[in-house]
Amino acid sequence: MSEALAIGAPTVRKREPGRLWIVPPAALLALLFFYPLALIARQAFLDDSGVANVAEIIRVLNSRFFLNALVNTVTISVAATAGCLIVGLVLALILAFVPFPGSGFIARLIDTFIALPTFLVTLAFTFLYGSAGMLNSGLMEAFSLPLPPVDFLYSTWGVVLAEVTVYTPFILRPLLAAFSLVDRGQIETASVLGARPFRIVRQVILPAAVPAMIAGGSLCLLLTVNEFGIVLFIGAKGVITLPLLIYGKAIQESAYQVACIIAVVNIALSLGLFGLYRFAAGRLGA
Amino acid sequence: MLVWSRPGRIVLWMLFALIFGVLFLAPLAVILLSSLADQWNGVLPRGLTTAHYADVARGAAWNSVKASLITGFAASALALVSGTWAALSLRLQGPALKRLLGLLFFIPSAVPSVSVGLGLLVAFSHPPLLLNGTIAIVMISHFVLISAFTFGNVSAGLARLSPDFEQVASSLGARPAYRLWHVTLPLLAPYLVAAFGLSFALSMGELGATVMVYPPGWVTLPVSIFSLTDRGDIFAGAALTMILVAATLILLLGLERVTKRATGA
Repeated sequence: MSEALAIGAPTVRKREPGRLWIVPPAALLALLFFYPLALIARQAFLDDSGVANVAEIIRVLNSRFFLNALVNTVTISVAATAGCLIVGLVLALILAFVPFPGSGFIARLIDTFIALPTFLVTLAFTFLYGSAGMLNSGLMEAFSLPLPPVDFLYSTWGVVLAEVTVYTPFILRPLLAAFSLVDRGQIETASVLGARPFRIVRQVILPAAVPAMIAGGSLCLLLTVNEFGIVLFIGAKGVITLPLLIYGKAIQESAYQVACIIAVVNIALSLGLFGLYRFAAGRLGA
Repeated sequence: MLVWSRPGRIVLWMLFALIFGVLFLAPLAVILLSSLADQWNGVLPRGLTTAHYADVARGAAWNSVKASLITGFAASALALVSGTWAALSLRLQGPALKRLLGLLFFIPSAVPSVSVGLGLLVAFSHPPLLLNGTIAIVMISHFVLISAFTFGNVSAGLARLSPDFEQVASSLGARPAYRLWHVTLPLLAPYLVAAFGLSFALSMGELGATVMVYPPGWVTLPVSIFSLTDRGDIFAGAALTMILVAATLILLLGLERVTKRATGA
């Protein structure tokens, strides 16, 4: 069998058995991922007797809770991605072109946020911006207010701010990589010739950043559409997204068919964004 | 240097400090502070205490740490073997199949974790494949979610590997299995360790699929943290979150040191 691993062997005859080595990992993925995915679709479209249940699908897709969750998901995802792009660009510009002592360490510290659980930020925000949190107690003490004045955490904006924190590193990483390739001599020349920093950013740096921002931005769209922990931990009644709705229907209401119908929509949306990301990342690599 | 004037630079650095402080530093600092906070009614806690750590240590914390570590290790090990296997054998395919299969191996990272959990519940709740209610289904859900990251990391490592070493080994008469074990895999080792570390960290923080499939008695750290905070016990939740963060960071730093020593860098 070792013959089968002949990588790059010259003749086709020798390569043939080697191609079968892909079967075990592919079969594992097919059994544990694609087969369950197909069953979700089946359960969504067919009832127990195997007949297409169009009425139920239409009922779910027209329901208040579904449309509400869809609108919430898209709004949060777009707003959080826009926030990530702005914050990521500002941070990356300063880190790359106006560095300070320790900026490399700070960049690595922000990078470790990728490895931390997403709900950590939500929990921290409860202590910071919650009704009994630091900001509200501080303002109430300072201005002797009877009620907590800051009340955005348990709304869409609380989720958006938490997602900006969690997903900005995904923009920062490709941007810093792109900026490390920008020719420093070009910037020095432009600034010696009298170009203002704003003009250099617009004409020299931004063109280099656009592919990284498109790739990072589409990854952010995908990850924020799929985000679950942040929304669950904020636990606001009015902020239900598609993943949270699937969890609620399946686990809390045992309505598996409804959960599957919503899951099909959620997966289709995610795969569309995944296609966008692959397309953008592919162009970035080219 | 883009901005030459000193005041201009200082303004930009202050802007950076503000964004970094509000978005990144404050959450980490506050989680640490709240896990140690005694009474907290005003802006700052009245005193510091380790009581929350003692509470969670007396409670289910140890079982959760154990469940998370075992699940993370099993899922990451399986993902490492399967991802490396897939990336290596993908090199033997024709270009069209290579593109298609490469895409398919990445798709699990694009599907929402809750749906992965839902799919496993729908697929494996009936005999002959009855996994619902077992520990295995938790590990499988984590494996599915991290497999794409492992595959991606190893593929990226393979792409950067210079083909010279393998060609020299072949021309010196090394058999493919020997070459794989003594040339290709050692060269890939740093990428394998990095892939293992990343997937372990992802598994430790996984929540969406786990809440769908976990059986009673196998409560991972994130699920445990959620049930604590959901009950209003947010200080104990913060203490358990710090334990999760510490476990993840110790693991990642340890793996980084192992890689550095192995590569002699």
